[in-house]
Amino acid sequence: MEKERNYTLKIWRQPNAQSKGEFKTYEVKNISTGTSFLEMLDILNEELTLKGEDPVYFDHDCREGICGMCSLFINGRPHGPDEEVTVCQMHMRMFEDGSTITIEPWRARAFPVIKDLVVDRSAFDRIIQAGGFISVNTGVTTDANAILISKENADLAMDAAACIGCGACVAACKNASAMLFVSAKVSQLALLPQGQSERKRRALAMVEQMDKEGFGACTNTGACSAECPKGIDLSNIARLNREYFTASVS
Amino acid sequence: MSLDAKIPEGPLAEKWTRHKFNMKLVNPANKRKYDIIVVGTGLAGAAAAASFAELGYNVKNFCYQDSPRRAHSIAAQGGINAAKNYKNDGDSVFRLFYDTIKGGDYRSREANVYRLAEVSNNIIDQCVAQGVPFAREYGGLLDNRSFGGAQVSRTFYARGQTGQQLLLGAYSALSRQIAAGKVKLYPRTEMLDVVLIDGKARGIITRDLITGKIESHSAHAVVLATGGYGNVFFLSTNAMGSNGSAVWRAYKKGAFFANPSFTQIHPTCIPVHGDQQSKLTLMSESLRNDGRVWVPKTVETAEKLRKGELKPVDVPEEDRDYYLERIYPSFGNLVPRDVASRNAKNVCDEGRGVGETGLAVYLDFRDAIERDGRDVIEAKYGNLFQMYEKITAENPYETPMMIYPAIHYTMGGLWVDYNLQTTIPGLFAAGECNFSDHGANRLGASALMQGLADGYFIIPYTISNYLAGVPFEKVPADRPEFKEAEERVKERIGKLLSLKGKHTVDEFHKRLGKIMWDKCGMSRNEKGLTEAKKEIQELREQFWKEVKVLGANEELNQTLEKALRVADFMELGELMVDDALHRRESCGGHFREESQTEEGEAKRDDENFAYVAAWEYQGDDKPAKLHKEELIFENVKLTQRSYK
Amino acid sequence: MGWFTKLINSSLGRKLLMSLTGLFLITFLVIHLIGNTAIFKGDDGLAFNAYAKFMSTNPLIHTVSYLLYAGIILHVIIAITLYFRNKSSRPVGYDKLNARANSSWESRNMTLLGLLILAFLFIHLKDFWWQYKYHGGYEFQIDADGNRDIYALVIEQFKTPFALVSYLIGLIALFFHLKHGFWSAFQTLGLDHKKYTPLIKALGLLYAILVPLGFASMPVYVYFFK
Repeated sequence: MEKERNYTLKIWRQPNAQSKGEFKTYEVKNISTGTSFLEMLDILNEELTLKGEDPVYFDHDCREGICGMCSLFINGRPHGPDEEVTVCQMHMRMFEDGSTITIEPWRARAFPVIKDLVVDRSAFDRIIQAGGFISVNTGVTTDANAILISKENADLAMDAAACIGCGACVAACKNASAMLFVSAKVSQLALLPQGQSERKRRALAMVEQMDKEGFGACTNTGACSAECPKGIDLSNIARLNREYFTASVS
Repeated sequence: MSLDAKIPEGPLAEKWTRHKFNMKLVNPANKRKYDIIVVGTGLAGAAAAASFAELGYNVKNFCYQDSPRRAHSIAAQGGINAAKNYKNDGDSVFRLFYDTIKGGDYRSREANVYRLAEVSNNIIDQCVAQGVPFAREYGGLLDNRSFGGAQVSRTFYARGQTGQQLLLGAYSALSRQIAAGKVKLYPRTEMLDVVLIDGKARGIITRDLITGKIESHSAHAVVLATGGYGNVFFLSTNAMGSNGSAVWRAYKKGAFFANPSFTQIHPTCIPVHGDQQSKLTLMSESLRNDGRVWVPKTVETAEKLRKGELKPVDVPEEDRDYYLERIYPSFGNLVPRDVASRNAKNVCDEGRGVGETGLAVYLDFRDAIERDGRDVIEAKYGNLFQMYEKITAENPYETPMMIYPAIHYTMGGLWVDYNLQTTIPGLFAAGECNFSDHGANRLGASALMQGLADGYFIIPYTISNYLAGVPFEKVPADRPEFKEAEERVKERIGKLLSLKGKHTVDEFHKRLGKIMWDKCGMSRNEKGLTEAKKEIQELREQFWKEVKVLGANEELNQTLEKALRVADFMELGELMVDDALHRRESCGGHFREESQTEEGEAKRDDENFAYVAAWEYQGDDKPAKLHKEELIFENVKLTQRSYK
Repeated sequence: MGWFTKLINSSLGRKLLMSLTGLFLITFLVIHLIGNTAIFKGDDGLAFNAYAKFMSTNPLIHTVSYLLYAGIILHVIIAITLYFRNKSSRPVGYDKLNARANSSWESRNMTLLGLLILAFLFIHLKDFWWQYKYHGGYEFQIDADGNRDIYALVIEQFKTPFALVSYLIGLIALFFHLKHGFWSAFQTLGLDHKKYTPLIKALGLLYAILVPLGFASMPVYVYFFK
């Protein structure tokens, strides 16, 4: 049976990109344990709106853990305390009654704050635009089964392709490095025969863009993978290193 | 105005080929002189935008999310159908066509559906070439599974994330064109109106969601790929931002709206847990392959279960009613979505529903676990069970899952002809936002197929045919038609911000959702619909007096965004009710209680309702005008569906 | 050469240099440790002194030693540039951070550990290398074999509590640095394999324990048993 709980919320408020921002404290009461974390924020926002106060802004969309839009740093961890879930999939039963919950935006130079907890992650799009694709136009006539792909490689490619582009890896990394994100895309395409012809160009271009965006370097702490809601493996980063160095020296 | 679907002449199997040859082309050097606006970056939008750009057109692509990769196509789990017949199990283009027409309860166009089945194979080829990691067999060939009760294995899948992988494929193609400078992307930008010049669609009005800036964009053609409007119901499996504003604005500018009441209700969602729930989570339909659906036989037992005095595992076999197996012995738990949903509603209406709210039925894996062992069930559904446990804190290996139907997809949408053009010349609609291919009920794994078919393989041809007849001259975006539309948008926003009422947008949205769900949901009747129409009108009136939207336009204002969307839902909901009211037959997802067989099954009325209902806007205070596009079936025989 | 500048200016290229210099230093540590075990021979340092002479006069070793200095300097300089680059990637930090939940302490504090090791290195070099090679003021005796008696200097130094403590701190820092650095060097090079990576990790841990332990045994042995 569901129970009701009360919380103190310490939330980062920042009216726009230029302003300084500060923490504000709110109380929420009688939150049932089956409420999702974002629904709890909805409840807070309804109350704030009725009081005439500006609601708390946060990104969210699908609310089923796949679109990658939700992006909250909760009690010191991206997507909060639960393992392999996004914020939207986490429920209030994860939080003890009467506790204080600190909510911050992703912090990275490459992810500037737009408002409150909303950040700009377009750097990820620009990295993909730099080379995260296979250059085929619409109208391919080769039969899909013409090239065999081993199940093992297809599965590994799928593991990497599961990335939802939420940016938790950057948020978790002490260097705000985007290596896990970049490596996931590079790995997916490097593992498939279709991705071979652009393999070198892709690794070089995507890493160059990643650096240009101001992400930090990887120091192999593993925080990214540990916090990734889709469990993207660190071996992808090793693969990216391999791809990049071979592309550089050959 | 009469409706001309522009279906090409000739035998069914040759229509599209002939049409492709007969269509006019734009010479490669001239393509760069044309601008196309694409609204939406889901499967249809991203695929269309990328394909246009590859052809050489200049594209402007808009989405309300922060990145095109977040469009809600990403949430599709199951798979995508194609008539490859890799399994040698008797599949063919004609069979896919036939299944889709029949599954849609004979309320879609033969020619469109046949073309969809025809290009389905190209989609798989295209996606594999893009690097979509479809599931493979050990031999390296693509794997297939059967889905949604189909008798052949024609569904291609990428784990439980097929929609994500297909979308990321389209997104990567789009990204390539953005890098090449052929597509200009406008993320966090919402379309608020379409602009017509001399009766043709020549641009849109948008709002920058960060700065609030209202802008005009002009082009030679406009493509809407904005998805479905299931969020009319407030609670649905749609994303929070999914909305019907783009199609509704197009409707109000003269595009006909077809079959607005055709909505799909998915039977296996996690039940609603309280008043604060914001969204419903779908559990894959595949669970019905092994799970048995039941409720207790008596209301008394149900009450005990609801109060927690009795545990479902302790309900003895003789007190359980496996109602789907009882009513439909041949299909059992695998009846189509609409049938499963309606029956769940029936047993809950009888007071036999379970869960705290009484709005849930059990989906029990006890017997499957006993039969196959826990390992087998875990291998098949492990991740789904885990997701269920995360959300509900109940372990489905030990206690039955609880499920309840939820709004999932809208088959209705903008009326389009064979070329995917709406009744406004130059305005096209692709993917879920058009009405074209699913009739009154969509089959599983067909939404992805349609979105990509429209975007990659149909609209790039048909838009060229249209553009070939349009002069190169660009329309300046400061023409009075644009300014006027901008003013109207600003007025509307100003009005919302000035109301300073005492009810939040969500309060109104929830009330609208409740009216729609109760009276225009899984089963509908004349009395309920008539009441609903009146209630929606009253609610709308109250909304425009008492809604509270804080803040200003010139900033990120998520409440204002929501208010604009809900304002449109308030009007769209009424049209859905009108459509449901006029269609006095049951077909597919539309169940009219007045039209049922003696056993309580849906009864179609082909004599009077074998048509597409296309509604024309006449003015805010006038009822919409109904146009009928008669559906002619030359290749299939209309039969009453039976799953007994 | 455009590709080369591009490579070493990229974040990955810098990491590559960190990894290569790191692996070079790891190799050096083993050799250094093996040579130094001569201290335990019980011949009043004759073997140790001979080893020291060999190390400072052999032309091949001489060349390699410059490579070593270069390696250390490069490792430090790149580490510092990366440190600042990484710092600037997050100008505003978190108010509440629970990094323990996702990563090990040493992996997050490699720069601090590196600085401790560097400080230790200065002490270590000042104590012996400076004296031996550049006549830092200590008057060397000549041993029975005619070699300068650096062994006597080692004994003298290691008898001070300051040396014992500073060496132990330095070597503990080295343990943590290697605990993360050993596997990390392979990961950065892209040498990852589902079969061999667990082996590399185990080897790394073994190395990180044994090598600093071996070095620590010397001051401890001298301080307590000599």
